[in-house]
Amino acid sequence: MTHDSQADACSAEPLLKVTGLQVNLGERIALQGVTFDLFAGETLGLVGESGSGKSTLARAILRLVRAERGYIGWRGENLLSCDAATLRRVRRDLQMVFQDPLASLDPRMTIGETVAEPLRIFAAHLSAPERTARVAAILERVGLRADMSRRYPHEFSGGQCQRVGIARAMILNPKLLICDEPVSSLDVSIQGQIVNLLLDLQRDAGTALLFISHNLAIVRHVSRRIVVMFAGRLVESAPGDALFGNPAHPYTQALLAAVPALAAAPPFTRVPPPTEAGSRAASSGCAFSARCRYAIPLCETRVPALDQKRPAHWVACHRAGEWIS
Amino acid sequence: MTNLLCIDALSVRFAQGGATVAAVEQVSLDVARGECVGIVGESGSGKTQTFLAAMGLLASNAAAEGSVIFDGEELVAAGRARLNRLRGARLAMIFQDPMSALTPHLTIGTQMAEVLVQHAGASWAEARARSASMLTRVGVAEPARRLRQYPHELSGGLRQRVMIGMSLMCGPELVIADEPTTALDVTVQAQIIELLRALREELGMALVLISHDLAVVAGLADRIVVMYAGRIVERAPARQIFQIPRHPYTAELLKCVPSVWGPRRERLPTLAGQPPRPGESPAGCAFAPRCPRAAERCFRERPLLGGGAHPIAAHAAACHFPLPP
Repeated sequence: MTHDSQADACSAEPLLKVTGLQVNLGERIALQGVTFDLFAGETLGLVGESGSGKSTLARAILRLVRAERGYIGWRGENLLSCDAATLRRVRRDLQMVFQDPLASLDPRMTIGETVAEPLRIFAAHLSAPERTARVAAILERVGLRADMSRRYPHEFSGGQCQRVGIARAMILNPKLLICDEPVSSLDVSIQGQIVNLLLDLQRDAGTALLFISHNLAIVRHVSRRIVVMFAGRLVESAPGDALFGNPAHPYTQALLAAVPALAAAPPFTRVPPPTEAGSRAASSGCAFSARCRYAIPLCETRVPALDQKRPAHWVACHRAGEWIS
Repeated sequence: MTNLLCIDALSVRFAQGGATVAAVEQVSLDVARGECVGIVGESGSGKTQTFLAAMGLLASNAAAEGSVIFDGEELVAAGRARLNRLRGARLAMIFQDPMSALTPHLTIGTQMAEVLVQHAGASWAEARARSASMLTRVGVAEPARRLRQYPHELSGGLRQRVMIGMSLMCGPELVIADEPTTALDVTVQAQIIELLRALREELGMALVLISHDLAVVAGLADRIVVMYAGRIVERAPARQIFQIPRHPYTAELLKCVPSVWGPRRERLPTLAGQPPRPGESPAGCAFAPRCPRAAERCFRERPLLGGGAHPIAAHAAACHFPLPP
């Protein structure tokens, strides 16, 4: 496993390659033209507000929703056209941690059964004692006790349930862990514990993380590279320091200005309220143009492409060149 | 300043399967006319139950003990008729999830007007006209159209504006806002905080802002009360509490809030352990097992919330070994 992930890190091929992904949910275009790479062992932060398509993207990668067009490559294999056997093999390496830890656990299964489930599916050759040993080891690894395996989810706090969810996701040593708002439902004093656990596991197992959150501060600390989504499209992609130090897309600027901060905070900047047009993936122009203070007529007629404006800094804005150079 | 709301030694207990579980214990706090008091705490700290008790809105298996005096009138023992006369008219509450606080099958117009008809004896025609102007006041465009709509037709931010507008219909002297921005996106949250700030300046009502988010409270409150495990652990003027917290819990909690600004950290600061579960009532300080400053005495003897001669201005911490000022 370790040998494998080192080989991945050295090769130029990304672990996950998404190109021109479009997903429709009913009449609505939920994702459009989504393109990004994720390399082995990397943490990619994905931020955006509700309805921006963050969770739909996670679900599309896991093939839980149908992609209308585009390409999702997993180590060179097209997930959108591969056969069931390949998909099953990939699923083993591609796990997910959900927002609501209690709801994502089956209330009728003991913690031990829940955590062992991936082993029963993907490592059926293991004997029952081997399985029990693996479950005990991962429970201790995530900060629980092995003897807790006989208990049920309702006996645990939210933070503990999230540890169980992480244990279930990590028991097969996946190559990619998709975390969809993994700490949003937890108290502030517990959030750091869970985030640090994810980072420790990532470091030890070489797992790549796709870290989805609306909490910009947490994303900033966990990710080296961050992509920002708005209305179903990626509007900016940059290393964290560049994104927070020099946000180039007007939406990213508005998002950062809106973050409340403790004493000595920058004052709130008023952001124009979202309009109906602003909450939909508009195909005729930039979806943010209705709220954007820099909008020009071109913004309403042509969708800006995600272009590289600085090394490693990509922005989908017709005017970003004016302030980024 | 005269006190509008005086809570004295308030306790809330839940009957649960034959046992009683304390959710709030011996909470005393005052709210002056026109003042904004922030109530900060994590889930289960008792911050919401304290004010549900004050409003006479506790669940049927809960009982309040102690005293809540609103403008000279005792609320804890008050009957439904007297509470109904105050609630909505002089005392109003805003909830976290506006969708579940609004009635789904009634239009916004009917629900808003009903407040005036019920509590101020207005005619329906007059009430509808005032509803429209209130919507304009809380920043809702096209009020006539919105009044004809149902809650599900509005975005989360708009619904919260409607809730705020509804709470202000009778010109209340005190508004209690329980996590009013928690369910909202960060840009919408900034707008709602700005709106509450503007309304306070204009209308001069007192505001109790309950939140788990220190940064949200920091932007509005004059004074902050920190709760932990059903008790007040610290209270102080807002600026002081963020700059020189005296209770170790407050200090640790402040350290846990990751910042969007500042340098990127490899690990998030954490607060080890978990708060006591409901029903667990430690003999000493409830925070002692997680506290970096705890000594033997802390496990044995419960610290009292001290206070100076002027309770409103005082900076008090319920701690045997508070941090130096």
